[in-house]
Amino acid sequence: MTQQRKAVALISGGLDSLLAARVVQEQGVHVEGINFYTGFCVEGHTHAIRKKDRAKPKRNNALWVAEQLGMKLHIVDIIEEYKQVLFNPKHGYGANLNPCLDCKIFMVKKAHEWIQENGFDFIITGEVIGQRPMSQRKDTMPVIARDSGATNLLLRPLCARNLPETLPEQEGWVDREQLFDFSGRTRKPQMALAEKFGFDDYAQPAGGCCFLTDAQYSVKLADLWRARGEKSYEMDDIMLLKVGRHLRLSPDFKLIISREEGEGNFMQGYRNQYVSLKTTSHPGPMALVDGVVSEQDLQLAARVLARYSKGKTAESVEVEIRDMDANTRCLKVAPMGPLEIIPEWIL
Amino acid sequence: MSRMVVDCRRMLCPMPVIKVQNQAVKMAPGEELEAVCTDPGALNDIPAWSRINGHEVLETRTEGAEYIVVIRVGDS
Ligand code: SF4
Repeated sequence: MTQQRKAVALISGGLDSLLAARVVQEQGVHVEGINFYTGFCVEGHTHAIRKKDRAKPKRNNALWVAEQLGMKLHIVDIIEEYKQVLFNPKHGYGANLNPCLDCKIFMVKKAHEWIQENGFDFIITGEVIGQRPMSQRKDTMPVIARDSGATNLLLRPLCARNLPETLPEQEGWVDREQLFDFSGRTRKPQMALAEKFGFDDYAQPAGGCCFLTDAQYSVKLADLWRARGEKSYEMDDIMLLKVGRHLRLSPDFKLIISREEGEGNFMQGYRNQYVSLKTTSHPGPMALVDGVVSEQDLQLAARVLARYSKGKTAESVEVEIRDMDANTRCLKVAPMGPLEIIPEWIL
Repeated sequence: MSRMVVDCRRMLCPMPVIKVQNQAVKMAPGEELEAVCTDPGALNDIPAWSRINGHEVLETRTEGAEYIVVIRVGDS
């Protein structure tokens, strides 16, 4: 009997990687999934934060895909290593701060290392030529294969027939004739194939697999880097970019104001790392101060916060300021008028 | 038998899953692992991950603002 070959499939949670893995499974190959967590992934997170999202059924799409396919899934934390990809992408950014091409190269490189450590034979991705303007083009396909070091061990089952033969095809581990030649932005062939396999409840991410493709998120991240004078971030920073209204009140600090109760509760968890403000005389949101503040800055922050509270038309509003050691004091301020909020503050 | 506990408080999914996964690989089949989480998503994600990877979910429960999942490590 011939030896059963083993492949690892990059699983994002979307339809294409689901289909790619399935197509190879159909050919008798043992497939396991690998999912990389950069910190910016759309998965999880926001579910836990906003109250209105809490009611929706939560699921991690990569785990769901693995379960549909009856395969193991390895989730790999690449938060730290990913920073270098995001800070200095050799191939630049996409429409926003998404370094898609470098990101893909990095993930395939990690998968290549993984197959070497775990005795697997080749790598599968759900890439389709022309599907994404930055990373999935005819000319980027060989770049990913080459720069990741995976070379001919990288198989893209959904468009393999438009690409040169890879080792799994040459060696007969998979039959090229049963692979596909999808191309372009159309989703029709994928949807037809999904139907054939009986998948109907798959996730359909709008932009891409992560927050970096989101314009507003990218603006906030760029602002963070500008304010710090360098490209850097910690996990807490990138989590907080997902919640609240962010107002850059001066180059030295910004104010993050919760938009609803769920965000407020989530932000409470950060009160020992950031100075926080809340209105006490009137109901209102809570706010965190990110940066270094003077007394004058705090006055400004309190007036802005009061503007977003139920006391916005009151003559004065009491705002409690809490430092990171839980010492509190109270400021009595006049809420800002609607025209005093400078539009440029809002990120 | 002793039970390992991993503290996943304040972590957002999928970090609790990653933490459980990285601990489970170091444990012997049959040993028990308890994850204490604050992201309710963990109540779905850790069991899903366990089913896929051949571990048995012994218990899931909510204690106030904490969500606890106990698994028995499988032999894969
Ligand atoms: S959308 Fe995000 S995770 Fe997906 S390839 Fe681009 S940078 Fe990477």
